[in-house]
Amino acid sequence: MTNIQRVRPRTIIHRFTPLQRTLHWVMAVCILTMLFIGVGMASTVAPKYLTLVDIHKPLGIAILILAVIRLAVRLRYGAPALPLDLPEPMKLAAYLSHYALYALMIAMPLIGWAMLSAAGYPVVLWPGVWLPQILPLNPSLHTALWNAHFYLAFLFFALILMHVAAALFHALIRRDGVFEAMASVSTHAETAPAE
Amino acid sequence: MPEAPRPTPRNALGSLVLIAAVVAFAAAAFAYTGGWFSPNRLTPQKLVDGFDLGTAPPLGHRRNHAKGICFTGVFEANGAGTELSKAQVFAKGQYPVVGRFNLGTPDPNADDAKVRVRGLGVMISTPDGQEWRMAMIDPPFFTVSTPEAFHALQIASASKEPDAMAKFADANPEFKAFAAWAKSAPWTGSYAEEPYNSLDSFIFTDSSGNDHAVRWSLAPAAQPVPVSPEELAKRGPNFLETEITDRIKSGPLRWTMQVTVANPGDQTADPSKAWPDDRRKIEVGSLIVDRIEPEADGPCRDINFDPTVLPNGIRVSDDPFPAARSSAYRVSYDRRTAEEKDYPRTATGTAQ
Repeated sequence: MTNIQRVRPRTIIHRFTPLQRTLHWVMAVCILTMLFIGVGMASTVAPKYLTLVDIHKPLGIAILILAVIRLAVRLRYGAPALPLDLPEPMKLAAYLSHYALYALMIAMPLIGWAMLSAAGYPVVLWPGVWLPQILPLNPSLHTALWNAHFYLAFLFFALILMHVAAALFHALIRRDGVFEAMASVSTHAETAPAE
Repeated sequence: MPEAPRPTPRNALGSLVLIAAVVAFAAAAFAYTGGWFSPNRLTPQKLVDGFDLGTAPPLGHRRNHAKGICFTGVFEANGAGTELSKAQVFAKGQYPVVGRFNLGTPDPNADDAKVRVRGLGVMISTPDGQEWRMAMIDPPFFTVSTPEAFHALQIASASKEPDAMAKFADANPEFKAFAAWAKSAPWTGSYAEEPYNSLDSFIFTDSSGNDHAVRWSLAPAAQPVPVSPEELAKRGPNFLETEITDRIKSGPLRWTMQVTVANPGDQTADPSKAWPDDRRKIEVGSLIVDRIEPEADGPCRDINFDPTVLPNGIRVSDDPFPAARSSAYRVSYDRRTAEEKDYPRTATGTAQ
């Protein structure tokens, strides 16, 4: 491998780009925080209720923005191919769960925003800064959006648990490089450690 | 790509156990956060359920203060409040209001003469896009000191044990002051003759960044005329709504908004304790009500008068009630909007 410039275009991508890995891990923290805040704030009357609601709204919008950026980056840079020997059902599960995760990352904040709008609540991000209403006051719409926000949150958490289990399965049992493709945000070692 | 050696079956089993443990721990942490392992946690659902223990909930209606009538009008700020808060609502001017006169009962068909507490929901919108929502009542102080005590009151009120209320009052002595007020305070024949009080303390922030702990009241322009409950009972079950609908025909109704500023050291956490009468009071403007509309089709119907919807320049204090009320009002709102068909609109017959 004397002339790396000539070889590189034919190299198979084994890892996500540093930008993708950074987005993944930042969003992982944001989304888990968001889900725990959501389930926590809905079950308390304590003063922290207001604090949690005050975090839930701007964090949701931050996730929406990051998710849109992430989708664009993904469309631009793609993803490493799955191992050739991965059984077809696992490949299918991988594809479908990732479509679902992207859909939820974008849909959940929009549903929450629309739900608040349909109830006529101001969508305040922080004191003096708020978002426009994206729906008119409408109880039926509010109920539909509330149900969607509630049940999709549990689906989202369940998918994340599956995602974590699958990642660890790749890391500990299959040891096929899938976990390492996303594992670190460090910018060096662009090739998988196994190489 | 060359791969790392696959683990032996024994290691694989250990790995599977580890994976299961990670997933189980995360799921348990989630469930714990949601209160599934904390049956004693006071949840907003419990507070809302507390209003109809042993009875059917009022489907489609607010779970408390269920009976009410809508109004619209303006808040006319005189500018004096700008000394205390930078919120635009205090700058001299007129700002539109949607509000609701109501009775402190979970029964939307209650007999007006039998409900001791009368309330007022107000939502003021300002041109800067912000809102100030409040829900006030006519007693001069609240029934209890904490949301937990309020839930205990709900349970005691619904209890069939003869000494439940006595035991509650012994454990929560502040309730005796409220009971004394309920017994001795004069009744009036009109929503327009009642004062309405925030009771909860809030923090106003002025344009220099200084905080002021405050409570506020709406004092009626109409002279209160005491009427005995026996006399009121003769006026029919809906006399308050009939009276206010008639009264508005002869002109707008007015209240003066009076902001009371705490002295240094005054407690702000307990709305069952009124501040001494000598505290500084500033008149910041007037609520002017000029139109009354039945709730079924009225503009207040689908509004949640959540007292934590505040403009920049007003925030909650260490009083635990606004947070508890906000969380419970939210649950009440979520339930009643899902039951819209149980409380049909009359005029248009459809949702707006």
